[in-house]
Amino acid sequence: MADNQVDNVANDANMSGKRVVRRFTCVNCPLGCDLTATVENGNVVNVEGNVCLRGETYAQTEATNPMRVVTGLVNVSGSEMPASCRTESAIPKALIPKCLQAMRSVELKLPVTIGQVVVPNVCGTGVDVIATRNIGR
Amino acid sequence: MKRQVDIAIIGGGAAGLAAAAAAYDEGARNIVIFERESAPGGILKQCIHNGFGLHRFNEELTGPEYASREAAAVSERGIEIEFEATVLSLSSSKRLTVVSPTMGFVEVQAKAVILAMGSRERTRGPLRIAGTRPAGIYTAGTAQHMINLEGIIPGNNVVMLGSGDIGLIVARRLAYEGANVKAVYNRSHFSGGLKRNIVQCLDDYGIPLKFLHTITSIYGKDRLEAVGVSDVDKATKLAIPGTEKIVECDTLLLSVGLIPENELTSQAGIPLDRGSSGASVDEMYQTSTPGVFSAGNVLHIHDLVDYVSEEGEGAGRAAARYVLDSAYEEDSANAREEGAGYSKVVPGNGVKYVVPQRISIKASGRITLRFRVRDVYKDAKIKVLVDGREIKSVPKRVLVPAEMAQVKIPSKDVSGSSNVEVSIEFGGE
Ligand SMILES: Cc1cc2nc3c(=O)[nH]c(=O)nc-3n(C[C@H](O)[C@H](O)[C@H](O)COP(=O)(O)OP(=O)(O)OC[C@H]3O[C@@H](n4cnc5c(N)ncnc54)[C@H](O)[C@@H]3O)c2cc1C
Ligand code: SF4
Repeated sequence: MADNQVDNVANDANMSGKRVVRRFTCVNCPLGCDLTATVENGNVVNVEGNVCLRGETYAQTEATNPMRVVTGLVNVSGSEMPASCRTESAIPKALIPKCLQAMRSVELKLPVTIGQVVVPNVCGTGVDVIATRNIGR
Repeated sequence: MKRQVDIAIIGGGAAGLAAAAAAYDEGARNIVIFERESAPGGILKQCIHNGFGLHRFNEELTGPEYASREAAAVSERGIEIEFEATVLSLSSSKRLTVVSPTMGFVEVQAKAVILAMGSRERTRGPLRIAGTRPAGIYTAGTAQHMINLEGIIPGNNVVMLGSGDIGLIVARRLAYEGANVKAVYNRSHFSGGLKRNIVQCLDDYGIPLKFLHTITSIYGKDRLEAVGVSDVDKATKLAIPGTEKIVECDTLLLSVGLIPENELTSQAGIPLDRGSSGASVDEMYQTSTPGVFSAGNVLHIHDLVDYVSEEGEGAGRAAARYVLDSAYEEDSANAREEGAGYSKVVPGNGVKYVVPQRISIKASGRITLRFRVRDVYKDAKIKVLVDGREIKSVPKRVLVPAEMAQVKIPSKDVSGSSNVEVSIEFGGE
C-alpha cells in the first residue's frame, strides 16, 4: 500500500529472529522526520531519524498499531454550514471508514460549541468525537 | 468619516490576531483589526483537519479550534475587530480607506500599520491550459471552502493538478466523502506539499501522485468531461508533445501554490522581495516604510501556523514600541534613510529567499532566519556567512522546497557587518 511502509527484510544469518526494517515519515509535526524502525519478533527494538521523542513513539505505534485522529463534518439542523468535528484522540487507522459513517449519521442542534460531544465512544474505542467549531452562539 | 488609531491591523487571520494581542500586552491600546470576512481566523476557518498548534499550545488542534483560541485572546483584551471591513487602500503616510456595511466608508490615519492580509491561491490563468471553459474547475481552496463551510461536494471523479498542501488535504477530504480522486499530477519532480500530507492524505488512501506530469487539455462543454495529461521533460520542465493521455473526470482541482496578497503593500510604495513575494523587512518585521510591519503569509508563505503567530507577535510588539517610544520611531526613520546601521541578509546558493532581509545593528538576542530552498537537497548543510566568514553550519538530512527552514544566529555575530548570506552546501549527485 503506502510506499512509506515498504518493508526491507534483512535476513541476517547471525540473528536468531526475523529482523524487519520499516521506514516511516513522522507526521506529528511538519518537520516530517524520516524514521527507520527495526522490528524484531514483532517488537520495535530501535528507532532512528527522529528529532524528538514523539517520533520514536510514532514509529513504534505505526509499526504495531497505526492510529489516526479523524476529522469530519456533521450536519446541524437549521444551519447551512456544517459543524466540524474530530476524534478527541487518535483511533485505530482501520476504523476510519466506520468512524466517518458515525459522524455522518448525526444531526446536531443549534447552538454548537467547541468541545461538545458529537459521538460518544465512537466505534467502541473509548474515544469521543467532539465539535471543533462554534455555530450559532 | 475619519478616524485616528495607534495601530491598524489589516487582516484578522492567525497573524493579525496574534499581532493585536501582543501589541496590547506591550502597552498599546488604540488598536483596531480590519477583517473583510464576517468571522476571525482567516484560512484556519476552512482547515478542519488536525495539525495546528503543536508548538504554540502543546496539543494538536484543528484550524477552527486554533482560530477560536487566538480570537478569544483578542476579545479578552477588549481589542476592537471590525468585520466585513475591507481595506481598499493604504498610503505611504499610513492612511487607510476602509469600507464596511456598519461603518460605511472610513478614512483611517494610523501611527503604525501591520500588514496581515495572508495569501491567495494561484489560479488557472497563469497556468495557460488549452481547451474549453467548462464548469467543474476549481482551486483546491475553493473546493475546501465548498466542502467544509458550505457542505457541498464539488464532484465525483476528481483529478488534481499540483500537490500543494491544500490540494493534498482536500484529496483526503474528498476520499472521506466518497468521491473518487483518480490522481494528483505534479509538473516538477518534487511536491509543493509537506511530506506528512503526502503520507496521510494520498498514501493512506491509495491516491497516486505522479511527478513530471501536467495537464495540457481540457475537454467538455458545459461540465468538465476529461483532461489530457502529458509527460513533462525534467530538464526543460515542458510537456512532451505526443505523450498526452485522456483521463475522464468531472472535476479538476488546481493546487499550484499560494501567493502573498500584497496589493496594498505595493500601493503604499513598499518594495517586495522577489524571492518571497512579500515585503522586505528587518528583524522586527518592519518594512522599508517606518511604522509599517508585516507578518504571516503576506510576508512569506508558511506551512506552520505556529510560526505565523510568532511572527505576528513580533510585529505586534514592534508596532507597539514604535507607537509608544518616539525615540524608536526617529531612530528607525533615520537608519532607513540610507540603509545605514543594517546588515543585508541575502539568499546564497540553493536558497530562494530569507526573512528578515536585513538586521539592525541594534538587534539583540538571537535572530531566527527563515527561508525556503530551491530544490530537494539531501545530506546538505545550511551555512551562514557574515561578510564571507562562516559563523554557522548546520547539517540537514534533507531540505525540501515545501518546508520552510530556519536557522538561529546570535545578533552579536552579525552586528556591524554589511552582508549576511544563507546558503546550502550539498555534495554532488
Ligand atoms: C490548506 C492549508 C492547510 C494548512 N495546514 C496547516 C497545518 O496542518 N498546520 C499548520 O500549522 N499550518 C497549516 N497551514 C498554514 C497556516 O494555517 C497558515 O499559514 C496561516 O493560518 C496563515 O495565517 P495568516 O494570518 O498569515 O493569513 P490568513 O489566514 O490568510 O489571514 C488573512 C486575513 O486577512 C484578511 N484580509 C486580506 N486582505 C484584506 C483587506 N484588504 N482588508 C481586510 N481584510 C483582509 C483575510 O480575509 C483573512 O482573514 C495550512 C494552510 C493552508 C492554506
Ligand atoms: S520526530 Fe519530532 S521533530 Fe521529527 S517530525 Fe516527529 S514530532 Fe516532528
